[in-house]
Amino acid sequence: MIPPEVARMADADALLEFDPGALADGKYDRGELTLVVPPERIRTVCEFLKVRQGYRYLSDVTAVDWHPSEPRFEVVYHLYCHERKQRLRLKARLPGGHPEIASVVPVWGAADWYEREVFDLFGIQFAGHPHLRRILMPEDWQGHPLRKDYPVTGYR
Amino acid sequence: MPKVTVPAGARTLVLNMGPQHPSTHGVLRLILELDGETVVHATPDIGYLHTGIEKSCESLTYHQALTLTDRIDYLCPLSNNLCYVLAVEKLLGLEPPPRAQWIRVMLNELTRIASHLVWLGTHAIDLGAISVFLYCFREREEILKIFEMVSGQRMMTSYFRVGGLALEPPSGFLQRVEKFLSYFPERIEEYEGLLTRNRIWMGRTKGVGILSKEDALDLGASGPTARASGVDWDLRRDNPYSGYEKFSFQVPVRDEGDVYARYLVRLVELRESLKIIRQTLDGLPDGPVRADAPGIVLPDREKMKTQMEALIYHFKIVTEGFRVPPGEVYQTIESPRGEVGYYVVSDGTSHPYRVKVRSPSFANLQALPKIAEGRLISDLIACIGSIDIVLGEIDR
Repeated sequence: MIPPEVARMADADALLEFDPGALADGKYDRGELTLVVPPERIRTVCEFLKVRQGYRYLSDVTAVDWHPSEPRFEVVYHLYCHERKQRLRLKARLPGGHPEIASVVPVWGAADWYEREVFDLFGIQFAGHPHLRRILMPEDWQGHPLRKDYPVTGYR
Repeated sequence: MPKVTVPAGARTLVLNMGPQHPSTHGVLRLILELDGETVVHATPDIGYLHTGIEKSCESLTYHQALTLTDRIDYLCPLSNNLCYVLAVEKLLGLEPPPRAQWIRVMLNELTRIASHLVWLGTHAIDLGAISVFLYCFREREEILKIFEMVSGQRMMTSYFRVGGLALEPPSGFLQRVEKFLSYFPERIEEYEGLLTRNRIWMGRTKGVGILSKEDALDLGASGPTARASGVDWDLRRDNPYSGYEKFSFQVPVRDEGDVYARYLVRLVELRESLKIIRQTLDGLPDGPVRADAPGIVLPDREKMKTQMEALIYHFKIVTEGFRVPPGEVYQTIESPRGEVGYYVVSDGTSHPYRVKVRSPSFANLQALPKIAEGRLISDLIACIGSIDIVLGEIDR
């Protein structure tokens, strides 16, 4: 259920008009708008936001691990529109078993390294990424350090 | 930019540049595929400085995690301190007093100057101008001494606190900043005299490493790297924080997108930073430097010795930290390199649930293959210097 104060925001309104099923949830908190998108629609939503709503700049892609609750992972996208000086946060929730989501590299080139970092540290697969491999950890590393079941110190 | 095609049957050479190489500005490894001296492909390989700062933050209290933010970008520790405390303050709904905000702005602009001086010095030495390096480090030294004066540390300052500053700056601090302002403008003239119309400098930088506006936006470039490519965007002006809306300054933008344009943009930024520091000195408000928020901000030493309540708060803050209401914020500031963003998620405890640092160098480095491919190795050196990367921030 989308809260009414979110549905009134211009970006959420435009997105619902474009595709009524593109919004699973939303939040307007501390002056920041968050839209939760079903994972299978992430690429069409991103394309729409870039072309129609002017979000030409992808600041960041990251993830949050809510282990042990399900859906375990949240992939978080921070978008920016230079004309309106406006920020937008997109989220997609993924299950813990086999987390996979479509890559947004075709929409923003910048997503290349951001998604590789998320893959490296969280083990989330990005389908359609041109060369998804580790970026910060050594290539032969086992495990994904930013997962909550990965210890901060000591042997894994 | 000319497109390089290797004729069939021709052999290219793969050369490993770095991770230990003075011109890669840290431990950056570049895998270069060369046709003679021309770079066909450049593939950056990063991660040599990965220390797991984001993971470590999750096991520290909000105040303890502050000390790790210095280590992210060791050339502008105060910018990272600021962005982190602003993010936590936004989560808490806490507003620091005006004096603290103004001193934060002043120190951030000094940091910008110090960082740009390191960039200018190392960029120039890469291209053969050794004396510029010595001059730049002479002035940077004075800024580091000012940092030592306020925080006790030259580089890992950790001077800002959630709710304000650690301490009121010592007496003599403002005079020292004033003195720096009095002689620094002519030092900028000196650097410009050595470089701006220098034929060798222009020959090495003009028309080299061109990044188009479309590519800059697509690849996530920010800061001077994006502004030299025609992106008129500065977070200090467009999404002001910490009271930046009160100061007047110009945002330099150039359309050429080459190494020379990035050099000119940063030189103008040095002068604009001076203007902002001048305004903070002239209008610095009086008053406390810490917000009145018991339970979050450490009480004054004097109160702690005389009031039972203050002593309890002190004990609670030091032993278990303060609790932050659940939620998430993405706070950005304009660091010397571009958009620094802190995405902090709170689950209501005294430790951050997740801290993600969006570092400008990480995104800017993605543009390097784009601007260097098809050019000579010597141009690649100019390109690396011009995007002003800090590997600590890329690898975190």
